[in-house]
Amino acid sequence: MPLLYPLVVSSLLFGIGVYVAMARRHAVLVLMGVELMLNAVNLNLVAFDAFWHDVVDTGQVLALFVIAVAAAEIGLGLAIVLLVFRTHRHINVDDLRELADRDASDRDAGDRRREVAP
Amino acid sequence: MTTVEVLFVVLGVLAVGSALLVAVSSNLVHCALWLVVTLGALAGIYLLLAAEFVAWVQVLIYLGAVVVLLLFALMLTQAPIGVLTGLTSANRALACLVAVSTSAVLVVVFSVGFRDARIDIRTGDIGSATAIGSTLFGSWVLAFEVLSVLLLAALVGAIALSRRSEHATGGDTVQDGGH
Repeated sequence: MPLLYPLVVSSLLFGIGVYVAMARRHAVLVLMGVELMLNAVNLNLVAFDAFWHDVVDTGQVLALFVIAVAAAEIGLGLAIVLLVFRTHRHINVDDLRELADRDASDRDAGDRRREVAP
Repeated sequence: MTTVEVLFVVLGVLAVGSALLVAVSSNLVHCALWLVVTLGALAGIYLLLAAEFVAWVQVLIYLGAVVVLLLFALMLTQAPIGVLTGLTSANRALACLVAVSTSAVLVVVFSVGFRDARIDIRTGDIGSATAIGSTLFGSWVLAFEVLSVLLLAALVGAIALSRRSEHATGGDTVQDGGH
């Protein structure tokens, strides 16, 4: 089969993952976008492994490593999401602005908003 | 087209189509379930590319563990079941532009670089559990051990993050007792 087929599928999956991670506001959906991007990379690794007939299976072993790192990432990411939910009662990533770089007037406005909110 | 190519096109369209549904669906649980379809189609693609062990690991870890964890998080964050509005940010046009241009650059680069390249699967290429296991514990054993330390660190970090903090519950009383 042409090598281009898996490469095109992985490019499209990576683009969709970028869109999901950037445009979605729910933190769990953002994590799903990251998973889509990691899977696109895995597909590339496996396709090039089959293309080069690698003796030590570099692509497939690296794909396994990426899967393990993705499992670690999703565990830590969900722990952070649950912690954010416990402190803020929501996980809307657009509204989590405590770490934003703002000047003094903006910060005062944000503090007032936070005092009004509860 | 050979049978493998037809199967590959079907699985690829399935993967990309359900990934698009993950991107546009307004029901969180449906998003997670479409992600299952995408990951399952990718497992089938790995089988077609003779990466047998990676395909089963994909089924076990992604379909088995990761999606269940995502659904678990949706449940713990009290996500309302049903259609939600406002799941997509206001700058979705910009995000769409970035995503489309990323895909376009990748597709153009790949099609210029690998236009005539073909994958011919030989029987020696099949990444069975025996073959992958012998290379994993041969050439790649150092990276494997480092990865196990990384997983341990992630486990400790997740536990440290998700246990109830002392300040919120009983921290003040403990400090008062100290005084």
